Amino acid sequence: MIMSIIRQYWELFLVFFKIGAFTFGGGYAMIPLIRNEVVGKKLWLDDDEFMDMLAIAQSIPGPIALNTALFVGNKRLGFKGSLFSGAGVILPSFIIILLVAVVFTQFKENAVIERVFKGIRPAVVALIAAPLLGLGKSAGVNIKNMWIPLVVALSVWLLKISPVYIILGALLLGVSHLVYLQQRLKK
Amino acid sequence: MELIDLYLALFIAFFKIGLFGFGGGYAMLPLIQREVVDLHQWITVADFTDIVAISQTTPGPIAFNSATYIGYTAVTELGFSTGYGVLGSAICTLAVSIPSLILMTLVSAFFFRLKHNRWMQASLSVLKPAIIGLIASAALMLMNGHNFIDYKSWIIFGVVLAASLKKVDPILLIVLSGVAGLFLYPA
Repeated sequence: MIMSIIRQYWELFLVFFKIGAFTFGGGYAMIPLIRNEVVGKKLWLDDDEFMDMLAIAQSIPGPIALNTALFVGNKRLGFKGSLFSGAGVILPSFIIILLVAVVFTQFKENAVIERVFKGIRPAVVALIAAPLLGLGKSAGVNIKNMWIPLVVALSVWLLKISPVYIILGALLLGVSHLVYLQQRLKK
Repeated sequence: MELIDLYLALFIAFFKIGLFGFGGGYAMLPLIQREVVDLHQWITVADFTDIVAISQTTPGPIAFNSATYIGYTAVTELGFSTGYGVLGSAICTLAVSIPSLILMTLVSAFFFRLKHNRWMQASLSVLKPAIIGLIASAALMLMNGHNFIDYKSWIIFGVVLAASLKKVDPILLIVLSGVAGLFLYPA
């Protein structure tokens, strides 16, 4: 009895450890793998539940992979379950980056490494910019609301406004728009 | 005492990043950059770009990767030993995860009521396009003199952007730009 309970926690940990260890590129790249494990192999969620969970995981702050892990862990075995799935998804990158940090800080001043990174840095910026169009489409950006990403990008980049205020402002604007619509409907 | 203060500052900064990190991944970059580069100056903007590059080539979400890396380097740069650096990594990783843990625990309890809630929908209506703007600002903030040192940087940027739009694997693109760096910037 006790063994089977321990096995369930261990299984949660292992599945999300695997997800954390094999998903490069974070967030959106992880979704097919998570779905394969959680819906396909383990039957912990059905397809509809998975889509709903994804919507929630994306609407809440924090890494999408972590939010997904916490949700599935909580649904399976409650709060304690979410601690195990959360630890599972965090540990692989924690171990890998710690090793990188310890090693990389020793060689950072190395001339060869510096030349390699001179080539890599502009590539990093290109990789951030490239998915913008596709993401914009799936976030519902169109001619009418295109001013929102434009104003946000310019005010964070040029005016150095903290993203914290941008997030709070966007939430407030969305809610007050609904209040405005409801008031107009009443009249 | 100095160390305790640093741990506390790291915890607060990464808790804030976890709490306001809507959209995951790249959308969290401007917030991370503001906290760790602009406000606290734990790392330089070139180091920050290198962390993003390392994140793109290792598994796991960027928020975890930068938490682990910055927790370690901020502590060891001040002359503390590796063990204290590892503790710094653990503190940052924990801090960035706690907001998700709290919010997902709450959401799991109210899940089905939240899903079709129009206040929830209304808050997201402006937030989603705003997140696209945050990602764009992440790219713009990194287009600076540290990362773009000459015309060769712009050539790498253009080639990687085009290749990435053609769905070439990002890890391959980073490795190739590193090799290009070796050839374009001879010792």
